[in-house]
Amino acid sequence: MKRLGLLPWLAAGLAALPGAAQAHLVNSGLGPFYDGALHLLLSPGDLLGLLALALLAGLRGTTAARAAVTALPTALLLAGLIGLTLPVIPNLAWLSTLAFMLLGVLVAFDVRLPPVIIAALAGVYGTLLGLLNGSTLATMDAGVGSLLGIVLTAFMLVLLASAAVVPLHAFWARITVRVAGSWVVAVGMLMLGWLAQGAV
Amino acid sequence: MNPAKRCGRKAILASLLVLVALWPLAAWAHVESGQAGGFLSGLSHPVSGLDHVVAMIAVGLWGAQLGMPALWVLPVAFPMLMAFGGMLGLIGIPLPGVEIGIALSAVVLGALVLGRVRLPLAVAVIVVACFAVFHGHAHGTELQAGQNAMLYSLGFVIATGLLHGVGITSGLIQRWEPGAQILRGAGALVMAAGLYFLWGAAT
Repeated sequence: MKRLGLLPWLAAGLAALPGAAQAHLVNSGLGPFYDGALHLLLSPGDLLGLLALALLAGLRGTTAARAAVTALPTALLLAGLIGLTLPVIPNLAWLSTLAFMLLGVLVAFDVRLPPVIIAALAGVYGTLLGLLNGSTLATMDAGVGSLLGIVLTAFMLVLLASAAVVPLHAFWARITVRVAGSWVVAVGMLMLGWLAQGAV
Repeated sequence: MNPAKRCGRKAILASLLVLVALWPLAAWAHVESGQAGGFLSGLSHPVSGLDHVVAMIAVGLWGAQLGMPALWVLPVAFPMLMAFGGMLGLIGIPLPGVEIGIALSAVVLGALVLGRVRLPLAVAVIVVACFAVFHGHAHGTELQAGQNAMLYSLGFVIATGLLHGVGITSGLIQRWEPGAQILRGAGALVMAAGLYFLWGAAT
């Protein structure tokens, strides 16, 4: 009978080797575009920021909402394309938390900003989201298709939410929006605490 | 004893043991783990503690009594200040007498509703802010291991805000003459509950 020698041991050793962790997007089963869309929908921090931006733009009226809806996806797409080429960006959770907190403060205090400033805020927030998401996608072997899913989902969310707020003229309705802004700030403050504690 | 009988009993006993051993345990299906668990845990946390519930509702009741603009200023300010208290707890800044502070919040807010006390807006905000910090410090930091911190925080803030909403909505009964008295009675109940919590915290 032929002896197998070291071969089984070698095979067992190879089988026991730990594989490299392959981070990957949530698999929607519908392709990279929907994987990207789902990635955004499952990122509560990004969603809170987009919600706060939409509320802020909606409170300031149609012109501001249109400016935000134009500036955000443009910046998100361009910064995302840059992010796809960048090396891994270190975890900047505190920065995105501060960003959505700032937007929440502006909503809670109903700060009357002109549409140009709203567009600039949307552009800056879109750039931040784009760089972070683009860099994350690059580490997950995901490409432009997933980025487009993120961009279009963000666009739809901001469009729908701001469109829902623009026609609100009743005092109570606007107060409800401001309360939602204060909730965003509150979540941000708690998140800063968690980040400082190292629990996240 | 008849050997045949003894054998029969042993067989029954053995059968029973096998039956008990093979009895299927009730399946405890639980889907609220990880991310969803964080949100549900945060959402249920404020509702699970009576001290938090009565104080949050009392904030809404008092806001309803004070009318505009306190009616909306207090619910806007409270979550932010509560979260500030939570942040202090998370970064390790101690707050002495947290439990006493929480119990006192129910006593004071209940007394304010009972007495239908009208304080200037700035003073009302300061009173509520002080208590909000205590509530946030005690309750905002109780994240279970493995759960999502952001979703826990979100659930916690939403539940607290909804409790304010319950208080404000209930406070609207003051537009009805007997309702105003019922509202003051609710203040007395909150105050009594606060005294009970205070007794528990002090002993």
